[in-house]
Amino acid sequence: MDSGAFLRMQGISKRFGGTLALREVDLAAELGEVHALVGENGAGKSTLMNILSGALAPDSGVISLGAEPVTLSTPHQANRHGIRAVHQEFSLVPHLSIAENIFMGRLPTRGGGRLVIDWARAYERARALLDGLGFEGLDARARISSLSVSQQQVVEIAKALVEKPRVLILDEPSAVLSKDKLSVLFALIRRLRAERTLILYISHRFEEVFEIADRITVLRDGEAVGTVRRDAVGQNDLIRMMVGRSFEEIYPPRAAGLGGELLSVQGLGRAGEFRDIGFTLHRGEVLGLFGLVGSGRTALARSLFGAEPPATGSIRVDGRLLRPRTPREAVRAGISLVTEDRKRDGLVMHCTIRDNVSLASFSRMSRGIFLNRGLQESLVAEKARELALKPAQTGALVRTLSGGNQQKVILAKWLLCSTKVLLLDEPTRGVDIGAKVEIYRLINALAEAGVGVLLISSEMPEVLGMSDRILVMREGRLVGDLERKEASEERLLQLAAGVAPGPTATEAMA
Amino acid sequence: MNTTALSIGGFRARLKVRPSDLIFIAIFVVLILVSSLVSETFLTSRNLLNISRQIVTNGLISIGMLVVILTGGVDLSVGCTVALCGIMATGLQSSMAMPAAIGVALAVGLVIGGANGFLIARFKLQPFIVTLATMGVVRGATYVFSETPKSPVDPLFRSLLGGGFIGRMPTAPLIMIAFYILAWFFLNRTIPGRAIEAIGGNEEAVRLAGINVKAHLILAYMICGFFASTAGILLSSRLGIAQPSFGVGFELDAIAAVVIGGGIMGGGGGGAVGTLFGVLSLGVIDNLLNQFNVQSYYQQIVKGMIILAAVLPRRKK
Repeated sequence: MDSGAFLRMQGISKRFGGTLALREVDLAAELGEVHALVGENGAGKSTLMNILSGALAPDSGVISLGAEPVTLSTPHQANRHGIRAVHQEFSLVPHLSIAENIFMGRLPTRGGGRLVIDWARAYERARALLDGLGFEGLDARARISSLSVSQQQVVEIAKALVEKPRVLILDEPSAVLSKDKLSVLFALIRRLRAERTLILYISHRFEEVFEIADRITVLRDGEAVGTVRRDAVGQNDLIRMMVGRSFEEIYPPRAAGLGGELLSVQGLGRAGEFRDIGFTLHRGEVLGLFGLVGSGRTALARSLFGAEPPATGSIRVDGRLLRPRTPREAVRAGISLVTEDRKRDGLVMHCTIRDNVSLASFSRMSRGIFLNRGLQESLVAEKARELALKPAQTGALVRTLSGGNQQKVILAKWLLCSTKVLLLDEPTRGVDIGAKVEIYRLINALAEAGVGVLLISSEMPEVLGMSDRILVMREGRLVGDLERKEASEERLLQLAAGVAPGPTATEAMA
Repeated sequence: MNTTALSIGGFRARLKVRPSDLIFIAIFVVLILVSSLVSETFLTSRNLLNISRQIVTNGLISIGMLVVILTGGVDLSVGCTVALCGIMATGLQSSMAMPAAIGVALAVGLVIGGANGFLIARFKLQPFIVTLATMGVVRGATYVFSETPKSPVDPLFRSLLGGGFIGRMPTAPLIMIAFYILAWFFLNRTIPGRAIEAIGGNEEAVRLAGINVKAHLILAYMICGFFASTAGILLSSRLGIAQPSFGVGFELDAIAAVVIGGGIMGGGGGGAVGTLFGVLSLGVIDNLLNQFNVQSYYQQIVKGMIILAAVLPRRKK
């Protein structure tokens, strides 16, 4: 690595419980450079940037700026060194105004003291800042909770640019930005680069990376695979660096053969979230559902599962009409949901594997109100063996498991209660590539056994690699129903973002 | 109050009141209307002054409770802080001058609040549990302290604070109003005030902005302790004595006032104006039910209903 670089991170390691999120990662970047960080979900990009911005402390490693070693143990210290970050999770206070969020921690004051806030100046400066950055049309007095997700992202970006930073970290800024705001952001990035700011840009969208980055560092499973110049690599090289294996190795082929109609949905709607949704799912089919954040994918899955009952339309499972008003009714009809946020609504973290796997099947392992411990143990152990769960002891606490194994616990729970329709919402979020492949194999095995799988994902390679057919959602409506062979990354994005096929992002920007 | 009725809009914008929170004004107006219709004595100046003196204790405690609720916490130890500080302000007058005794009582309030805040901020303990524990400790300490012999209090103590008048207005409500204005200014116009309000909305965002969250939490609980102590001093000064059984259940009245006035347990709502209306509403209800000689058991039932009526329209969808 070049020793003359402005920013150097050396030997950075970080462990979360049972998983090593970063292992001896090195990174070097220059002022006046747009340096992209790419990698799959869970590769460690965000963790590395959280360490640089002082939000997380590394377990080991050294960071230096301009050859000076620095300590960045709080966000405040990082700010003082001119490092600002736009995090993936919003750090906005919903019930406060745009201006107050932008100037959080440094609201302008009046008089000699630094106590009394000058609100008039705060609103004035916030408006001037937003206009200066190119984001006109936002009222600095508006509450954050009244803004769209895209507008909230703009506020996040403005917040990081109150004082011009030396190092600006953008963590997946485009994920929720509308198209026009994204082109404003790219113009802004070019301007900052010309003013010799170092921009660290996290993304997993190749088009963006190739458009904006000067150099690209690839992370895989918590390790830095390498840094390359943008003009020296192609997309395929990057993919190989990111996943470390070929397409066929990741997405194993499935013995084809669709069965009869299993799930049929017509005219399904829920106010403010989605409307007019209709599709069918066959036995043995993996149906992909792609859409950007906020497109209504998750709301749809939750409705099918009865967690938030649909207002209009009909659902049929095996031809029988189902009106799920609670998850209990959906589970009885054979529908299961693996949620997006497994820690929040998928697992009871402080309980054992055994308890979690049994949760939906207590009736199978009890007599009256008494649990048959022997039967429970044998049923759970059998599923654990099938899924190659690690550790194999069913008494282990779920909290201590890795992300991939936690996900297997959830799958085991639903397999145990004889699922017919499996709804998977981002099933591989935050698990490493090895566990990912295992989950893919499992999905294939389930489909081959006749289960119908609805695979919701925002990772295009995953949707394209796994699905027989792909549905696309945008703004609560179904806008595409594609056969596997007519789908491509470009086509999916066009449908999901609502742009006509035509000029590429680069041309549109020029 | 006239400006409120005349230009709700401008008033609302300036005082940062949400439309959905205006329920507290509705409740208050309805109460006043009902009261003046059913009771001949309600709108007499004697009765109104009476109410103003009766609400001082809850009024002061509620300011502190509001500050703590804005951070997303709660303080259950305010009732017994009222008792301990009231007893100290009177009891210590046998061994030191009156101002010194008041000073010690205020310092004790600050220390109790500081201890609550430190435990909550430093060890990330739940505010409910921490202040439940200090509630027991302080109540016990009050009984221990009250066993020492007392001498009569300085007559000035009564006439200046709780029993005093400025013109025709009793002193204590004026002190309370002054503190409300101060609290409004602190919460809306000062840097620490805004930080405290932001913590209740998204603590991580505040931390990432480089603001010292722990210090602000401790400050919030110290403010709460200070107001509980002030309430205790004024109460004992009005009555001329203090008893260790003072203040039982006061924390619930204060939480009720904050919540009726738009406060949200867990942070993200509430303000000085609303809280003042909450305090007034509870005061008017008490007064009215007393005039009709309604048993205090029924008073509690009515209060409970009003709290529910205030919270229901604001629930999350």
